[in-house]
Amino acid sequence: MQYALFFYETEMQFTTRDHNAETEAYWGAWKAYVDDISASGIVRGGEGLLGPETATSLRIRDGQNQVQDGPFADAKEQLAGFFVIEVADIDAALAWAAKAPCAPFGGVEIRPTLPQM
Amino acid sequence: MATGRVEQAVRESYGRLVAILSARGRDIEAAEDGLADAIVAALEQWPEQGIPERPEAWLLAVARRRLIDRTRRSATDAALSRSLALLTDLVGEVDLAAPRFPDERLKLLFVCAHPAIDPGIHAPLMLQSVLGLNAARIAAAFVVSPDAMGRRLTRAKVKIRDAGIGFELPETHELPGRLEPVLAAIYATFNSGWDGAHNDLQRHDLAAEALWLGRTLTERMPQEPEAFGLLALMLHLDARKDARRARDGAYVPLSKQDAALWSRTRLAEAETTLARAAAFGQPGRYQFEAAIQSAHVGHRLTGAPDRATIAALYEKLFRSAPRLGVAVSRAAATAEAHGVRAGLALLAEIDAARVETYQPFWAVRADLLSRTDAHGEAIEAYDRAIRLATDPAVRSYLTERRARLLS
Repeated sequence: MQYALFFYETEMQFTTRDHNAETEAYWGAWKAYVDDISASGIVRGGEGLLGPETATSLRIRDGQNQVQDGPFADAKEQLAGFFVIEVADIDAALAWAAKAPCAPFGGVEIRPTLPQM
Repeated sequence: MATGRVEQAVRESYGRLVAILSARGRDIEAAEDGLADAIVAALEQWPEQGIPERPEAWLLAVARRRLIDRTRRSATDAALSRSLALLTDLVGEVDLAAPRFPDERLKLLFVCAHPAIDPGIHAPLMLQSVLGLNAARIAAAFVVSPDAMGRRLTRAKVKIRDAGIGFELPETHELPGRLEPVLAAIYATFNSGWDGAHNDLQRHDLAAEALWLGRTLTERMPQEPEAFGLLALMLHLDARKDARRARDGAYVPLSKQDAALWSRTRLAEAETTLARAAAFGQPGRYQFEAAIQSAHVGHRLTGAPDRATIAALYEKLFRSAPRLGVAVSRAAATAEAHGVRAGLALLAEIDAARVETYQPFWAVRADLLSRTDAHGEAIEAYDRAIRLATDPAVRSYLTERRARLLS
């Protein structure tokens, strides 16, 4: 089955990405995770994302484009990146989610992808 | 006669057949529909053609054919053709000529109580897919409307199918996290049967189903001390069920129960089971609870003053599982062992916001206060406990205690 893993981080992790005492450890942990999951051969796609302050949201209401600064949800945890992986079942997906560096701080959402049309 | 035979065959094999039918496609609902069709066919054909030699194999074969027919009829897109391929694959995988099918029920138990499924639906899901109870009956036991229960069950089954929850037994290293929800759901099933009104047969049946599930679990996972702990706990509670109500249905607390009404067979089995659990040397929540029940019973049967042991066990239980119910029982046990004041002090430690609508807290507080000079406060606590009580027998017991305080 194919699952998307959505990695969520808190503001603290986003600020740690640059100029901070823990910056090196932060990137080190992500690099190790990405290397690990890539080497396992299950990755079908994925990217890391810039912080929520760079996000722009668009809705069309009454035929009008409504463009807004910022992400959709004003939540404590924000989307930081994602992978699409091919594994046997949700337990395998959960096991990979649990290894993500953001799991102890933010969290990971696991979603099956739609089957090919 | 054939109707009885269909019922019997279904009763004995329902969970196994659902487990086998849904294992590959992960679609419990479709499996149940296919099995329902097979049952209807059996009711039509068995009276005329006679009961097949192996009713279970017959039901499985028919259910599987129906399942494939249904999938084929609705196989309009690629996703459905894929499940059709899986189903076709499945036919012949289980040898119908074999005297016994592999028992897949345990896998189904773990699927129903998977952490990715809402914990509130774990027990109802088990009752429906493993034991074949209908949504209306489950709804009655869990005090929700049949419609709401039906919807929640359907939603959970859709999630199992679409989220790809594997029909595999958890690996040993995953077991600690995976076993607990299974135990909790079995215990919830037991309690929803046990806390019911005295003469509500349906509810009593649920307790029996839970015992059966508990036994199955210990048979299939003989290395899990907490599985034995849970079974021992349920057996202890079940042993006393006839003594729990007076002839008129009134609630009888443990200390006033007629020990002659306790089932000695059940108690003996409970003790043997607890001993098996203890032999592992890995205590846990259910073993502590069973040990507390055992100490209560031992105290009543031998007259040995075991209050300190009971209080100490509650202390241990509270440390391993600091739940609200345990905190309240621990205060009650401490009061018996070390005095009312010690018990009240422990009650005072519990967060007031958590107990606002928690009936046992107010019942215990009322009882403890009534043994001090603070009768006014005791009356207040009784009033709240009475208002919160859902069981009429418990309510009248509390009302009677309150009245005694006023006289």
